[in-house]
Amino acid sequence: MAEAEAVEGGGGSLAAFLQRLAGVGYLADPALAAALQLSLQLQRPLLLEGEAGVGKTEVAKALSRLLGRRLIRLQCYEGLDASAALYEWNYQRQLLAIKAHEHDGASAEAIETQIFSERYLLRRPLLEAIDSEEPVVLLIDEIDRADEAFEAYLLEVLSDYQVTVPELGTMEARSTPATILTSNATRALSDALRRRCLYAYADFPDSERELAILRQRLPALEETLARQIVGFVQSLRKEDLEKLPGIAETLDWAGALLSLGFADLSTADPTGLQTTLVCLLKTEADHKALAPEAVSRLAGCAA
Amino acid sequence: MIGFVNHLRLNDYTLGLPEAEAAVALLMQQPLSNVGETKLRLRSLLAKRKEEWERFDADFEAYWYARGRRRDRSRRTGNTPRRPTRPGVWNDHLERQNGHGDSPGDPRSCGGGGGETRAGEGRLIASKQTPLHARDLRHLADRAEMEEAERAAEALARALRYRLSRRYRLQSARQRLDLRRTLRRSLAKGGTPIDPVWRARPEEQVRIVVLLDISGSMELYSRFFLQFVKGLVAQWAESDAYLFHTRLLRVTEGLRERDPIKAMTRLSLMAGGFGGGTEIGASLKTFNDRYAKQALNGRSVAIILSDGYDTGVPADLVRELARLRRRARRLIWLNPLLGWRDYRAINRAMTAALPLLDHFASAHNLESLAALEPQLARL
Repeated sequence: MAEAEAVEGGGGSLAAFLQRLAGVGYLADPALAAALQLSLQLQRPLLLEGEAGVGKTEVAKALSRLLGRRLIRLQCYEGLDASAALYEWNYQRQLLAIKAHEHDGASAEAIETQIFSERYLLRRPLLEAIDSEEPVVLLIDEIDRADEAFEAYLLEVLSDYQVTVPELGTMEARSTPATILTSNATRALSDALRRRCLYAYADFPDSERELAILRQRLPALEETLARQIVGFVQSLRKEDLEKLPGIAETLDWAGALLSLGFADLSTADPTGLQTTLVCLLKTEADHKALAPEAVSRLAGCAA
Repeated sequence: MIGFVNHLRLNDYTLGLPEAEAAVALLMQQPLSNVGETKLRLRSLLAKRKEEWERFDADFEAYWYARGRRRDRSRRTGNTPRRPTRPGVWNDHLERQNGHGDSPGDPRSCGGGGGETRAGEGRLIASKQTPLHARDLRHLADRAEMEEAERAAEALARALRYRLSRRYRLQSARQRLDLRRTLRRSLAKGGTPIDPVWRARPEEQVRIVVLLDISGSMELYSRFFLQFVKGLVAQWAESDAYLFHTRLLRVTEGLRERDPIKAMTRLSLMAGGFGGGTEIGASLKTFNDRYAKQALNGRSVAIILSDGYDTGVPADLVRELARLRRRARRLIWLNPLLGWRDYRAINRAMTAALPLLDHFASAHNLESLAALEPQLARL
């Protein structure tokens, strides 16, 4: 915990912070690490944008490991509303309590204060995060999928770390969670939300970093094959595809190649290679766009 | 530091006082030992969107080392506040805007004049006596008639919106208890409403994306259509408008401008493109690559207003249309030429595109535009 405190206080240089992140299994881009460190120092949420599959969600997981804190995750979706994200009254339990008190003659006021107390409140992720004694890491995933109304709701939580429950009053945060919001930019987020957050754009990793990630995750991978895989994926990202493969796809593919016993991409059977591409290409159009000749050309270049 | 924040503001970053304060506090806390790290920290504090994130380096260097880009846009800080979300394409145009500005709408009126001279050779569907609504839009030549038509278009767009969104309002009971069903169900449990029944969430509003062809062949219609699109965009919150000829440009913000003169001024910068060639395929590709992900969802209707005279390769058009169709719920193509007697969609682009369309209709007069409504309502 002493180490975690040091991180919170903004202790340590960027290099040391990068090292610690690597220690928990996340090889970060320096720019991203700087943003992360600053958001811890200033205790402000970090808005992380980037293509799908560049490891945005992984940042929060790594942070929770680094700080030794619990990770609370709120997955956003269309139609997400306050009752699913913040709190909800435990209606059935309240009803039960009313029934139970029906015959002991308790006054209406007494019952009312009882059933609208915190005992009957169902805590959803956001309330749970700010109401926790120990500080947590709060991940609000794919915020761009939630409605704009919810985004506005989030502003109160993020700027003041408080939640207003009409029946109970305003609940202040007991601890400040380290908050990370991720977005795939499928819709423009409001300026108000952006202003409350620090911002970082996560890009596809360069070949050095991707290679390092690959080595770390799949130690069994041969060095030459790892280099070829990274070269192949990097050049694949330059092709005109609908959905570019992310790091997760690279790892999947490397795992698949490993288990199928490929040793060298340049000498590998092109049709066999083609079948493994299901790990990398996720739309039909991309599969059609990448003919076997193109695959062997890329594999040749990567070697 | 304040100077730096001001410099960023001039370069269109959205920054307030709190950001400046935080930046100063950051620097006081950490003495300038390592410029690289400080830059990274300031970037995450001051840049708020991807474009800003990407060019922060250049702006940082420009200010502190006085090189590279330097206040390159300070010329227009006067009365043209820039919307931060506008795509970069606008940037080259806005400079020219002031030059064009004093003759709003004029570039188009010559197009209208051309309509008059050619009116005789067009094949008329309705007789001259028919009311305005049924007349082919090409023949609306003089100014007063044009204005009348524009008003009608806007009214039509408004009506369309009203009809469609009324459905929405009627159901807009958000997560409400359905008392009748709750009580009915409670009978089985001795009269205790243990399972409340909720009303369903309302359907979200239809989102309309219009792609308007403003190439030479559409010259006679495009001004009118522009008015129609403007009406639609102004009335409909969930809408998006794009113009294309050989390139594609997003014009939603321009069309939302309340002041009609200003709006036309903003659009007149496209005058260079009015009357040029058409590359529908390439324009759609731009749309698919850059905007489709944000603009379209499962409740979107994409409307293409074009005559289908394309100078590009039909295969391109088909491929991009197919991509568009996958993203949008409905794909509608309105072709003004379809109203002509004897017109058949025989040119290569149109024949290639036809099988991909959900709805192919004429748009040569106001009635045909009004006929669009049931198509949208049936989503």
